[in-house]
Amino acid sequence: MTIPIEYYLILSGFMFLTGVVGVLTRRNAIVVFMSIELMLNSADLTFVAFSSYLGNSIGQVFVFFVMTVAAAEAAVGLAIIIAVFRNKKTVNIDEINILKW
Amino acid sequence: MGILELAIITIVKILIVLTLVLLTVAYLVYFERKISAWIQNRIGPNRVGYLGLLQPFADVLKLLLKEDIVPTVSNHPLHALAPMIALFVAFSTYAVIPMGPTITLFGWQIPLAVADINMGILYVLAITSLGVYAITFAGWSSGSKYSLLGGIRSSAQMISYEISMGFSVGGVVLLASSLRPIAIVEAQSGLMWNAFIQPIGFITFLVAAFAETNRLPFDLPEAEPELVGGYHTEYSSMKFAAFFLAEYANMIISSALIVTLYLGGWQIPFIERLNLPVGLTVALQVGAFCFKLAVLLFFFIWVRWSIPRFRYDQLMSLGWKVMFPLSLLNIIWVAILIMVFKI
Amino acid sequence: MSLEITLFVIFALAAAVSAVMVVTRSNPVIAALFLVVNFGSLAGLFLTLHAQFIAVTEIIVYAGAIMVLFLFVIMLIKPENEQKFLAVNKKIKLTAVFLAALILVQIAYIILFANPSARLNPDLNASVQAGTIESIGTLIFTKYILPFEAAGYLLLAATIGALVLAKKKFE
Repeated sequence: MTIPIEYYLILSGFMFLTGVVGVLTRRNAIVVFMSIELMLNSADLTFVAFSSYLGNSIGQVFVFFVMTVAAAEAAVGLAIIIAVFRNKKTVNIDEINILKW
Repeated sequence: MGILELAIITIVKILIVLTLVLLTVAYLVYFERKISAWIQNRIGPNRVGYLGLLQPFADVLKLLLKEDIVPTVSNHPLHALAPMIALFVAFSTYAVIPMGPTITLFGWQIPLAVADINMGILYVLAITSLGVYAITFAGWSSGSKYSLLGGIRSSAQMISYEISMGFSVGGVVLLASSLRPIAIVEAQSGLMWNAFIQPIGFITFLVAAFAETNRLPFDLPEAEPELVGGYHTEYSSMKFAAFFLAEYANMIISSALIVTLYLGGWQIPFIERLNLPVGLTVALQVGAFCFKLAVLLFFFIWVRWSIPRFRYDQLMSLGWKVMFPLSLLNIIWVAILIMVFKI
Repeated sequence: MSLEITLFVIFALAAAVSAVMVVTRSNPVIAALFLVVNFGSLAGLFLTLHAQFIAVTEIIVYAGAIMVLFLFVIMLIKPENEQKFLAVNKKIKLTAVFLAALILVQIAYIILFANPSARLNPDLNASVQAGTIESIGTLIFTKYILPFEAAGYLLLAATIGALVLAKKKFE
């Protein structure tokens, strides 16, 4: 435990902001999804860091739930992407803009 | 034991395990050809050395000297990365397999596994779940439709069977109430082998192991008649050899896992009643582990040359509609055993 | 430099670089590959934090299941490559990066200003104990049993939803 917890927190912030930039700038729906996973993971890192430095497992239990939600989100999200692709033949989110078909 | 001694012992163990595995793989290929010849009433390799025993070395030499052809349309870095992932996954799993009981040598307690970690079984599941990337990336990066089809098939097949594999392991972990491979082996003393106590879990794990190693009857990712060579159509020379090596290494690791989880690992039932000297007992136990491993490897080869390939939809419905419910049933069975019969 | 610090530096650098790569690569398969690298280095970071169980689950769930699903979908629908990161809308993207860097500086300032290390007194034994599967399992199946069941229902709902959405024609 020689590393100050600040390092973990700043790394987590860096990963989160990278994910935000990815969501804002990329146009491929799948990559946008991957950026969201990146943000979820940076939150996991913060949880685990605090849990470990406080010596209490609750943070890690929470990470476990985050992983469940991420799995559910990935399954439904990718199903939506496939459904959209079947109708529009594209996953570029600039071209999926009429909210109906 | 200081950190330096620990490091030296670990490195020695890694070298021994690696050499043993590479030699076993080389001769496994030879035995596969011999046994297939025996099953099909042929002679098999018999030219290089006595009974063709030097054939593996001739094969390796041939593969090393071949030209390495990389397709122009392929994604070069990924094309080179895929066989590396395959080898990494195949070899790093051996770290936690215990080959014998803890021995005392020069005053040190040495477990006969490279690393005795208390998350051992989860570690194996984690590393094997990365194996799918090797095939998927190989399929995608080659830039060939056969390879791509093989890659897609493998990614779907391997996630599907990983689930029943994980749930079957769940039963074993429940009974041993530990994730340490050594503790799991020790929980199977006498005739309390998991293969007898939870036969359903044993069968589902065995089937899932066949699917995870891409062996017949589940070798859809490389089905020769339909996909030329599947994911390794575009590979040649040592890169192809790496995939070949990884497939056989995976076969050994699956057999070793089945031995550890279901067939009592290194244990010989009731050997402690014979009052043998300690050294002899340990030697016999390591021998027993190798014997069980050899029987399972023979079984793998035997199945390959006896059973035809499944159709893809049959494979999927077997995985999801038969194996997955059966592995859940196995967990319920183990729970009943623990709660009602107090095993 | 001790082993702990060396490991932290290696894994943290790998995590940061691969995160940037995920966002900037134009080919989705390469981006997915770097995301797997990112998960791997995160698992390494969790190990330096003594969270063994979470580290292994990270690999099994994220790298072994979720990313394979992503790759599967990418290969099925074969999206065409986007252009290079800065090829279109250069100004807007640079502004986004600049704003993100600004927020990062703010976050770093707040974290350093709040100085959490002064209030924490980390205990090695407690931290190792917190990461074991026993303590996490005990908490999940006693105190957090309701969220656990809710997560189970969520997964069931997600499975059914994914089936319904991805099915070609729903009769």
